[in-house]
Amino acid sequence: MEQPNWPIFQLAQQKEAFVGQVVVDTLKSLEDTHLISGSYKRILEKTVYKERTRIKKMPWAVDPKNESKKWSNYKSQLTKLYSQSSVAESPKDKEYDILKAIVQDYAREIMGHFNYKTYKFSIRAVPVFLNRILNGISGRLFFGFFQKKKRFRDKIKIQGDIDLIKSLEKKGTLVLVPTHFSNLDSMLIGFAIYLIGLPPFIYGAGLNLFNNKIVSYFISRLGAYKLDRRKKNAIYLETLKTFSRVALQRGVHTLFFPGGTRSRTGALESKLKLGLLNTVIEAQRNNYLNENQQKIYIVPLVVSYHFVLEAPGLIKQHLKTQGKEKLYLEREKFGGFFKTIRFIYKFLSKGSSIVLSYGKPIDVFGYYVNNQGESIDQNGQKLDPQQYFTSSQKITTDKQRESQYTNALSDKIIKEFFSLNIVLSSHLVSFVAFQMIKKQFKDFDLYNMLKLDNEDTAIEYDAFKNTIERVCARIKALEAQNKIKYSKSFEFESDTLIAHGIKNVGVFHPKKVLFIDKKGRVNTQNMNTLYYYHNRLEGYMLDQYV
Amino acid sequence: MSKTKITYGVMGAGVFGSVIANLISQNHKALIFSQREDALKAINIHKQIKGIQIQNNITATDDPAYFTETCTVIFVLVRSKDFRSKIQNLSKFLTPAHILIHGIKGFDLKDLNLDNLQENKSIYRDDVFTMSDVIEQETVVKRIGCISGPNLAAEINKGELAATVIASKFNEVIAIGKRALSAPNFKVFSNPDIKAVELTGALKNIMAIAAGAIDGLGYGYNAKALLISRGLSEMIWIGKTMGYSPNAFLGLAGIGDLIATCSSPTSRNFTLGYQIATEDTDFKKQEDYSKEVVEGVRTIQIINALAKTYTFRAPITQTLYKIIFEKMPIKEGIDYLMHFPLHKDVDFLEG
Repeated sequence: MEQPNWPIFQLAQQKEAFVGQVVVDTLKSLEDTHLISGSYKRILEKTVYKERTRIKKMPWAVDPKNESKKWSNYKSQLTKLYSQSSVAESPKDKEYDILKAIVQDYAREIMGHFNYKTYKFSIRAVPVFLNRILNGISGRLFFGFFQKKKRFRDKIKIQGDIDLIKSLEKKGTLVLVPTHFSNLDSMLIGFAIYLIGLPPFIYGAGLNLFNNKIVSYFISRLGAYKLDRRKKNAIYLETLKTFSRVALQRGVHTLFFPGGTRSRTGALESKLKLGLLNTVIEAQRNNYLNENQQKIYIVPLVVSYHFVLEAPGLIKQHLKTQGKEKLYLEREKFGGFFKTIRFIYKFLSKGSSIVLSYGKPIDVFGYYVNNQGESIDQNGQKLDPQQYFTSSQKITTDKQRESQYTNALSDKIIKEFFSLNIVLSSHLVSFVAFQMIKKQFKDFDLYNMLKLDNEDTAIEYDAFKNTIERVCARIKALEAQNKIKYSKSFEFESDTLIAHGIKNVGVFHPKKVLFIDKKGRVNTQNMNTLYYYHNRLEGYMLDQYV
Repeated sequence: MSKTKITYGVMGAGVFGSVIANLISQNHKALIFSQREDALKAINIHKQIKGIQIQNNITATDDPAYFTETCTVIFVLVRSKDFRSKIQNLSKFLTPAHILIHGIKGFDLKDLNLDNLQENKSIYRDDVFTMSDVIEQETVVKRIGCISGPNLAAEINKGELAATVIASKFNEVIAIGKRALSAPNFKVFSNPDIKAVELTGALKNIMAIAAGAIDGLGYGYNAKALLISRGLSEMIWIGKTMGYSPNAFLGLAGIGDLIATCSSPTSRNFTLGYQIATEDTDFKKQEDYSKEVVEGVRTIQIINALAKTYTFRAPITQTLYKIIFEKMPIKEGIDYLMHFPLHKDVDFLEG
């Protein structure tokens, strides 16, 4: 079969050239930022110290075997270098060599294994694989009780102007910025990109995901590059940012989770990682500097689930670390083989659908674009974003200026997230239930509230229904102002809507998020997860309507 | 880059606009944009406007396309009342390359009508905009700055010693503003917190009205000093409620401007306060003032409404509101303030 001329494919073919450019560019920016009185001593010593600590304290299965030896070697080289009073060799050259070697290793590690043939195979294998499991298990366990034909893609509902996104894909470079709730996100979004007919995107996947062989197999073939959150040293972070920037400059469509990590609280992202976002602005500026008119388009994406497998763990972590600046250690395991299968099975076997809401593409300054890829301002006029990079009619590099543009872009993406957010019935019922309990226990702080027994948390059904109707009306009013979206279930009658929400919210958690108790009241078995699903509607000032 | 090649734009041919143009003209060329024929004539032919001598390297135009093509850096000095509509009119000529620096102390409410506020309608923080917000909303310009400080136009024009603050999120804008305005007798300070600088400038107008009233009542320096320090404290509390740090309030654009406007009897705000105190039965005149000219009155209305919505206390502002809009006798107002249960001198620096 003929291979298309996708930039991601070119990147895979020219891996060495690409890594080479990343190394050169990274060294350049390290020179700008970390060369202190002609020496890299500080950053090198700090990095070596941090890496040796990491290797000792947080070893993972994916780590290369010779890592420990390598860093010990760097350490002794540095000690030797800085202790000698007279050196034959210029210390400046020597330390540059060490720096270069470290950057090279990092760049190679980050680079993924994308390959067109395995991509084709994997993207087809994902749904087949998932369907096999689903149909196999369902056939045996449920005696064909539910439809064998139920397919993975039927579970995924996609909204947004897909045609516009597809037409921009050919004109410029796309950056997909989704919300992040679950480890399933990257696989799911990768598949959804394929479903709507876009070429593959590269994206940074946490190195911990590569510990699981199945997950690792798929994601690395679906365009993942490796991102190690344990490595917080300046050299690594610079290499990572440069990697992302250089890929964008080469026109490779990129996906990154701008929140950096999964939402711990279940709320929409309200703070984004500015470092990575900044690379988008820099890439656009470099394109213009190199007289390349290729534009970068940012596509926000909000994913809505009724059920997030990790919810109990995530919210627990959040509650534990809240208020303390405690470094949370990323867990190594995504879960073993059976856990993964069980999750996927659970996920697919019942009506737990997923909604993906694609936003309107924007340029790096937050302006919407038409199907010619031209930026359109708030008054409907075309504008030339290149001029935002000019001083006295020349395109210049001004990091302080660009950091302000990054802040503005971050604000815009967050705003888009909120307006793209699709409220599901399960979010609505959790929000109302939690807020009603909160109102009843006004004097309690959050922690005491979460400890409430379900003797105390029962809500009379009629009052619940009334509140649902009020909040629902408000959500519909907000929708009319394009400030939020809601799912089809909102068109049901209140009783049906409530039943739908209660049935679906966190459907497979062992402790029920919501249920109707013997006395016909709405109640919960787990305040923590109720709080988690409730958070999805934070930030819309809906509590006034409870 | 040779300095003489740049022509700086000035929008607005009022007193402040002309003074800023003269300041620029010490080192550069300036082009004033105005659509008033008499102003164009006054600048281009008579070289004098509102008693201010206009330097030779300053010209005026009424052609927005020519104005925006000639000038990348534009100082906007039109009254806050007309600010949004004038910016809207210029909007389609502005490009992402433009840099706008305004010098207007006041708020904008977009579509909200101030006179409807009395009828039980709440206004929220999101309804109140500064002039840089207006520029952001109406144009494609992102590089925005603001100048603010004790800048009594007459004194600057005479070349007396003075200084101002230029505030912007962009270092680039600050550098450009400094280059344009700095002169031997005029020093330009910088501040990155543009919103706080705009806020303090607007709030100080309230205190200027109070200062006029104090003068009108015949009180002395002790009372004035009392007002300035309590006024500053109130301004900072309002700023804190809106989420700003006190830094800008303690600088030239805050306390500096406050002292100047509370001491100089020339401003409209001060004059209004004076009249309220001296002719306290005649409210007709104030009516004219409140609708048209006096910035501080609008600000009082807005802060009073915000205080109601968010239930914070701003005793000086709220008392002035009662005096101007609810016919509270001024003596009673002063009495109320003197008995207001506040005892701590400096509390705004804590927490």
